Amino acid sequence: MSKVEPFQAHHFDDVEQQHEASWLGMWVFLATEVMFFGGMFAGYFVYRHWYLQAFAAASNHLDVLLGGINTAVLICSSFTVALAVHSAETDRRKPLIAFLLLTIVLGLAFLGIKFYEYHTKFEEHLVPGSSFSFEASLARPAEIFFSFYFAMTGMHALHMIIGIGLMTALLFQARRGRFSSFYYTPVELTGLYWHFVDIVWIFLFPLLYLLGRHL
Amino acid sequence: MNVSEVERREHYLNVNYGIRSWLLTTDHKRIAWLYLLSVTLFFFIGGFFATLIRLELLTPQGDLVQAETYNKLFTMHGVTMIFFFLIPSIPAVLGNFLVPMMIGARDLAFPRLNLASWYIFILGGAFTVMAAAAGGVDTGWTFYTPYSSIYSNTHVVLTVVGIFVTGFSSILTGLNFIVTIHKMRAPGMTWFRLPLFIWAHYATSIIFVLGTPVIAITLVLVALERIFRLGIFDPALGGDPVLFQHLFWFYSHPAVYIMVLPAMGVVSELIACFSRKRVFGYSVVAFASLGIAVIGFLVWGHHMFVSGQSVHAGMIFSLLSFLVAIPSAIKVFNWTATLYKGSISYDAPMLYALGFIGLFTIGGLTGLFLATLGIDVHVHDTYFVIAHFHYIMVGGSVMGYLGGIHFWWPKMTGRRYPEGWARLAALIIFIGFNLTFFPQFVLGYIGMPRRYHVYPPEFQVLNVMSTAGASILAVGYLLPLTYLIWSLRYGTVAGRNPWGARGLEWETPSPPPTENFERTPIVTEGAYAYEKAPEEISTLGRPAHV
Amino acid sequence: MKSEPHVSIRTYALVFLALLVLTGLTTAIAFLDLGGSINTMVALAIAVCKALLVILYFMHVRYSDKLTWVFAAAGFFWLLILIGGTMDDVITRPQLSPSTTSVPAQDYPR
Repeated sequence: MSKVEPFQAHHFDDVEQQHEASWLGMWVFLATEVMFFGGMFAGYFVYRHWYLQAFAAASNHLDVLLGGINTAVLICSSFTVALAVHSAETDRRKPLIAFLLLTIVLGLAFLGIKFYEYHTKFEEHLVPGSSFSFEASLARPAEIFFSFYFAMTGMHALHMIIGIGLMTALLFQARRGRFSSFYYTPVELTGLYWHFVDIVWIFLFPLLYLLGRHL
Repeated sequence: MNVSEVERREHYLNVNYGIRSWLLTTDHKRIAWLYLLSVTLFFFIGGFFATLIRLELLTPQGDLVQAETYNKLFTMHGVTMIFFFLIPSIPAVLGNFLVPMMIGARDLAFPRLNLASWYIFILGGAFTVMAAAAGGVDTGWTFYTPYSSIYSNTHVVLTVVGIFVTGFSSILTGLNFIVTIHKMRAPGMTWFRLPLFIWAHYATSIIFVLGTPVIAITLVLVALERIFRLGIFDPALGGDPVLFQHLFWFYSHPAVYIMVLPAMGVVSELIACFSRKRVFGYSVVAFASLGIAVIGFLVWGHHMFVSGQSVHAGMIFSLLSFLVAIPSAIKVFNWTATLYKGSISYDAPMLYALGFIGLFTIGGLTGLFLATLGIDVHVHDTYFVIAHFHYIMVGGSVMGYLGGIHFWWPKMTGRRYPEGWARLAALIIFIGFNLTFFPQFVLGYIGMPRRYHVYPPEFQVLNVMSTAGASILAVGYLLPLTYLIWSLRYGTVAGRNPWGARGLEWETPSPPPTENFERTPIVTEGAYAYEKAPEEISTLGRPAHV
Repeated sequence: MKSEPHVSIRTYALVFLALLVLTGLTTAIAFLDLGGSINTMVALAIAVCKALLVILYFMHVRYSDKLTWVFAAAGFFWLLILIGGTMDDVITRPQLSPSTTSVPAQDYPR
């Protein structure tokens, strides 16, 4: 029988059971997140089916360069997260700290670009509501497009902010030497969350930014 | 065993005292009590709204309240009862208490998340009560757009925020149960030795986890449309109110299985114990629970047959709705077969279980009427629908809940409730329930629409019968509230296993120690081994961690 | 999951590069008119490939037990049920009027 580790909770029989439970718990949570974002994707597909022309025209007002750069930024951040987990797995504290820091920086860069995009949309009168302005015959469904754009990227950005917060907490804990190859579960699980947020963007980018480029 | 012996032995209730030890507990059993008190409060709040509804409906005219107020009453009744009583009731009270015990674990996988889920539940409830106090909502608990998202002048955002927050309580509970059941079963407790209560809660947890997030995002979108004038469901922009209904019912239909599956789990335990027999067709009942959970996700459009949904979709949803009745019916057959040649006793829990079987069957069969496209066109949005779902949710779920509370009360409190009063209450509830809701089937069929505070005079007799029944039902519900509280002080001290039941929870003292078991059980038999003596079913293994 | 082989840095780097290449690819293809819904299908297919790379390698699902696979897949499968059921209704509704895609603004009160 294994001895009780200092980080082992009393209701588990051993660290392995605790780790398996934590891992499964995070995956169950990510399944809930898929369904959470999924509701918005369902709505998006319905309106895209009905208003393809308006959606395409509206989409072309988004900055595909900034969107593409942001996609690359997030992919880089998933890479740094994977490397952070790897560093924790292999007991390398300094690289762990460095990769967590890099991830945070990349996340902040993503948010910076995102909010700059929001700002330009505001200036172009593309924020839904009384100031919305678009080519007359497509204006109504275009406003629906932008409603989904802000709702979906906004919810995604909120998840990024939470992720950056979690990474920051991990950074402080890593600096205090909390993680080792025996115990790095929080790094692993936060990594899973971060990758999930990246996957959401992997779908958001083509559906929001690329749908009308060929027209 | 006498009172002083009980009082000297340490268990989860007396291991420490004081409000902090309760509000900061991570013990699943104490958290179950926190939920028990909260859902009981919400039950009586929802009941209060129902009382006003039934009082108004005594007369054909709208003389008690105005139309707008009446709209708020049925909305708040629905919201309170569904989100703050029915959905949490059995899982968060009985599930929290029993899931670890039935599988031989010391606690759920994530005890602090469990406590967090209760605080989240209370926070959500606070928002909703605040909305009610500020004047309520009048959209119906279904929040159909664009009325809810644009035109209603009531506290929609506050209410949907409350429901959104509470939804996370559900999600965390479901997550906890899934991980616990997968990872924390005692040695020898294989999947097919689990009590059917556990299978039912596993299936319910699948729904918690995969369905609740969809209503969460849907309510967020309604709030965003209200606050920021985002155009999601607004027909003036070309938006589609039926889209809201798809997103809403994708959760809210499986939600009714959240409300009934745990009750079915309770009924399996009760029928087995009070027939002193194994449940007939154990694995079929287990798979039927999973089947209900999965197929239940495929039928949501049967709430939308007359909404503007295509006939094509309507036909598919109708067919699938017929299919989902099959696993439920299988369970009813299997419970009946369990009763056959059993050694039956009619203690209060059994009365509730038998009541469940009969009333759920009526509710379920009338569901098939509603799943039939042609009939639904006639009875949609009438009292026929109201009667149908109350037969399931009150005749079914509430009776399952009460049966479970009575059955496990000695385990939870170390006291027995007064059996005579309990049987009387069960009978009063059964009679009151049928008098309240059976007339509503007739009312609906002859044309009384739901959500109206006025009606043609020819409907009055049936409405008066229904209100009379409701007053009897109210008495019935007040009785357990009274004698259960009474029993905490004056009830006979209960032993380890007052019912002679089978199950790991009965192998530990009443009330149980904080760690549930002095030694981790090692399971050697399947569930419901009533033909064996208890000592042959499990042994006590290594000492549990402290 | 514990006790799976460490995924090497080299594997991570290859996946990273593949993700960047696929991003460039999907962006470039978006500007070509492949006709009708082919553009959509290609974009979604590439997105699915990218998501799979992240899930299998970055999230270690390739090296995890069946239970993880099941829960990883369950969310996406359930989402397909939601989208499928809703789209089935939407696609099979009768056309109400020819002008549902573009309507003059003044015809809608707001």
